[in-house]
Amino acid sequence: MTLADRLPFLWPEIVLFGFTCWVMMLGLSPHRATRKLCAPFSGVALAIAGIVAWQTTPGAGQVARETGQVLLPGMVMYAKVAIAVVGILMLLLLAGTVDRADEAEIAARRQKFNPLSSNRAEFYSFFLFSLTGLMLCAGADDLIWLFLALELTSLPTYIMVTMSGGSAGAWMPWRNKSQEAGVKYFFLGALGAAVFLYGFALIYGGTGTTNLNEIRDHIASGGLDSLTMTGMLVALVGLCFKIAAVPMHFYTADVYEGAAAPVSAFLAFTPKTAGFLAILLLCGTMGWSYMPESAAGGRWVADAAGTSLPEPVRLMLWVIAALTMTVGNVLAIQQDSIKRLLAYSSIAHSGYMLVGVIAGPGETFAKSGLAAVLFYLLCYGVMNLGAFAVVGVLERASKDGSTDQVHEIETVDELRGLMKTRPILGWVMTICALSLLGLPPLLGFFGKAPLFTSAISAGEIVLVVVLGVNSAIAAFYYLRLVRAAMLESPDAAAPRTVESPFASRRTAGVLSAAGVVVLALAGNGIMRAAQHAAEYLPATDAAHEPAPAHGPGDHSAASDAGHVVEAPPKPTTPGH
Amino acid sequence: MAQSILILLIVVPLAFAAFLAWMPRKHAPAIALMGTSLAALLGVYTALIFDWNLSGRFQLENTVQWLPSLGVALQVGVDGVSLLLVLLTLLLGPICVLCSVTAIRERIKTYYGWLLVLQAAMTGVFVARDLILFYVCFEFTLVPMFILISLYGSTNRRRAAIKFFLYTFTGSIIALAGLVYVAWFAAGRALPGSSGWTFDLDILMRAAAELPPSTQAWVLGALLLGFAVKVPLFPLHTWLPLAHTEAPTAGSVILAGVLLKLGTYGIFRLAIPFAPAAFAEYAPMLAGLSIVGILYGGLICWVQTDVKKLVAYSSVAHLGFCVLGMTAGNEIGLTGSVLYMINHGLSTGALFLLIGMIYERYHTRDMAKLGGLAARMPVWSTFMVFFVMASVGLPGLNGFISEVMCLLGAFQASDNWGSGAWGSVADAMPGATPGLLGPWYAAIAGVGMIIAAMYLLQLTGKVVWGPLVEPTGHGHGGRDHGGHGLGGHDSAEHSTAAASHAGGHGAGGADASHTATSDKPHLPTDLTPREIGILVPLAVLCLALGLYPKPVLYAIDGSVAQTANLIREAGALKARPAGSPQVEPAPVEGAPAESDGKASAMAEEAAGSVAAGDAVTGGPGR
Repeated sequence: MTLADRLPFLWPEIVLFGFTCWVMMLGLSPHRATRKLCAPFSGVALAIAGIVAWQTTPGAGQVARETGQVLLPGMVMYAKVAIAVVGILMLLLLAGTVDRADEAEIAARRQKFNPLSSNRAEFYSFFLFSLTGLMLCAGADDLIWLFLALELTSLPTYIMVTMSGGSAGAWMPWRNKSQEAGVKYFFLGALGAAVFLYGFALIYGGTGTTNLNEIRDHIASGGLDSLTMTGMLVALVGLCFKIAAVPMHFYTADVYEGAAAPVSAFLAFTPKTAGFLAILLLCGTMGWSYMPESAAGGRWVADAAGTSLPEPVRLMLWVIAALTMTVGNVLAIQQDSIKRLLAYSSIAHSGYMLVGVIAGPGETFAKSGLAAVLFYLLCYGVMNLGAFAVVGVLERASKDGSTDQVHEIETVDELRGLMKTRPILGWVMTICALSLLGLPPLLGFFGKAPLFTSAISAGEIVLVVVLGVNSAIAAFYYLRLVRAAMLESPDAAAPRTVESPFASRRTAGVLSAAGVVVLALAGNGIMRAAQHAAEYLPATDAAHEPAPAHGPGDHSAASDAGHVVEAPPKPTTPGH
Repeated sequence: MAQSILILLIVVPLAFAAFLAWMPRKHAPAIALMGTSLAALLGVYTALIFDWNLSGRFQLENTVQWLPSLGVALQVGVDGVSLLLVLLTLLLGPICVLCSVTAIRERIKTYYGWLLVLQAAMTGVFVARDLILFYVCFEFTLVPMFILISLYGSTNRRRAAIKFFLYTFTGSIIALAGLVYVAWFAAGRALPGSSGWTFDLDILMRAAAELPPSTQAWVLGALLLGFAVKVPLFPLHTWLPLAHTEAPTAGSVILAGVLLKLGTYGIFRLAIPFAPAAFAEYAPMLAGLSIVGILYGGLICWVQTDVKKLVAYSSVAHLGFCVLGMTAGNEIGLTGSVLYMINHGLSTGALFLLIGMIYERYHTRDMAKLGGLAARMPVWSTFMVFFVMASVGLPGLNGFISEVMCLLGAFQASDNWGSGAWGSVADAMPGATPGLLGPWYAAIAGVGMIIAAMYLLQLTGKVVWGPLVEPTGHGHGGRDHGGHGLGGHDSAEHSTAAASHAGGHGAGGADASHTATSDKPHLPTDLTPREIGILVPLAVLCLALGLYPKPVLYAIDGSVAQTANLIREAGALKARPAGSPQVEPAPVEGAPAESDGKASAMAEEAAGSVAAGDAVTGGPGR
């Protein structure tokens, strides 16, 4: 295997990386006009990367064990295109997050352009780096690769959080808040990374390889021994940090509150997606074909009749999912700060998606929990972005009328009367909040419906009830958003709000609200794409034949091939 | 056109709502009236092309693909029952627009727009032949109603709207779990005509016939939690009085006329066919709840002083009869129940309209401040007495037929398999039809009829007849303010109402000077031609249905017979000793004659649970 074999999988990342470097170079320019190109170039980069991903990513059948992960090969293209699309929306929303004070000073002719104080290029290149890492996660076929991709996704976000408070003026009132958020996020993120890296190490210790395909074959032939199992559990807990799930959710509200709203929107999508892609891959190495009682002598062995994850993993994810949903929703009810509210809602949505992970693969869209997760990630990215966009657009008017001192709105009450004062934003908030609530016929409902159907298909009735009850609890706080925006009169006592001067933020909100409606009416193509993306290929005879037997129970692995879609053609001989 | 007429019925109000949003606000009522009238005309056309001789069959079916990956399609079709309810919805549409013309003065575009959307959603529920379409429309009725109550209601509207939304939303989420479970079960059966997941109601019903009874109980429980909240059935009714009282007149009319029927329709259309055996088993319990509702609602009405709240609680009692008839499970009870849905929509809708008219004039709903209005408003009083009589169940008016049929159904439903007290006696009675309840149920519920007569006649006696009492502070029409000596208190009440109106309509401080009286157009003492015009069709229908209900009975006959058969078969299966030769291959559980057929029953049960277990753990093809 050479690097050239891998290229077809990496063109989008290569394009994105190339553009990222270019954006960084633009940032060295002494001219203000050139530096202003950073954002448009980032958009072009994402568009090209998306098209390249769509055109060049090999289909599920063309992936070989040597060139990429063959657990969920279809996921790569879906994830990359979705990341590019949501990335472009994010880019629109991120306009004006950095350099705003400088620009205002320049516009007011109070100061000249100072290349040293402009952070634009760094910000946008970190944004692109993060999305590059996210794309790399989808195609990871190795634990090391996966770890590096996850870190490439996360590290730039720490810096983005810190920068989002603005860097130029020390008088910026919430500068400290965003720095505090950034530091908190960084240390807890490092802790999370350490935990799942520790898990990866244990998995390596248990299986003797870091290659995901080989780990899968190893587990298929010999089952999970307790060392591998411990590794899996530890790694999954560590990944809970990325998806903001209980017990690693504590940072979420503080960080989202401290960061500027557009960056919070980015945080709610990017690390979460990375975490879920990694969780799907890790669970994919184990497969969803275990009986509840299939632990024999400290070893969990797949069974032809089994339909769930190994019991310890299933149990842990079950508890995490139920707790995450409940904690997120219950705490969200008590929030007054709109960003904290959306942060807890983001936690709750991670819980919903974990239900799909537990449900596992299936041969139709409605039965496949993995397809449900992949579809929901996109839905959540779109509808959550709209809600954050409204927060990003609305700003408190400063007392002296200057625009350089920016306060975002903070409390839900500041949304009051939005429908009357700013109908477009009012509608965006209403539609997105109702969609997040899961009210039919909006996108959120059709995102949640396959979670329901797949979980019932997998026999997780109790979890479905928990999911249903949580959807009802969520009504409390999403209705508050709707009510404030739509039904209440403007609050005379509240600080006057103005719209952010960056029209593209409003565009992002409108686009996402439109997406919520349009995708609900015509989302079948995406559902089908998600279904193809979620085709899970368990280990086959040919794959693990040469693999050394690591213990008893290797007979059972081969027979579970029949329970999911047909295995891909093997273009090359197993390279052992 | 004939093919897509049902979809048109949904699309037309939506299109008009969108159109309305772009037009100047002064045209809003006219556009809304045009939209609802056009929909009503299309409804008439639908009724004409519908083959009433085959009313038990779904007709005018049409399918538009929506999300095939999820098995969701825009699939519509109507049988006699749903078409009648569609017609009721469409009839109430223009009436609701007309009754709001003078009452709603603020944010009228929002108001009429959401009214049209609400109508589309309600129509959608009744015409849906796809579970998800049904659910989408069922849920989506919440949003317009939430907005109508919380923007245009009276003092307590915020709380009422939130309570309404949370109650029904929670209920329907649980119902969704039950519905999806049935769909999953059907997906596992892989019946002919289905491929994987589908939400086609026909397929689901065929598949649901195989649900083992123990599972049916869960499904029924989940569905009932959703639908009983909407009905509302006794312990879940607490949202209704508040919502009804606080809603604007048109909102109350729609709530009483159609939205509550979504619950009973859901039970009739989904809960019974999905879980007939469980329904047969738990019918006495449901009947008990509905009887408690009848008596409890009635007794609360008796002590009510708020006219609107009285009518609201009377809905709890009336819908109790409706559910009672349904739980009887025989043709006559089910027929009465379906007829009751329509009759209740007509007469209670009209009562809310009448109370709205009084409220517009006097700004009070307190019975202590209203009295003897016959002297002041003879036309209003005539209608009031008429609709109260219809609601009480005076023979010759519509309420009577359906109420008696419900009771008769419960009475005759001597169950030859269950817990009816006089089972064997009723068997011997001529004309007895097998069903689920027994004479005791009818006897106790019958007390409810008497209570209904008491509170409604008391209301009439006080408000229509009796000494003339009017609230002070209503100087229009040269009214003399009868000497009831409550002046100070009254004007306080009035000004609160006025202030709440001004605040409610949202324009903030600028509105404070607009008191209700000075802002509103001058209403004459008695009803205007417009108001008479919206009451007359309802009155005519009440009379017609009371005197000659046969065409309607004919129209619902077929569907009711099928449902009754379903219940009867399920119940009979349960009754027969398991393992006897005539038993269908369906799994049987809990046979009453346990001693003689225990072994075979157990075997049957084991077979059933193996099937169920296979279904639960395996999942088709996984």
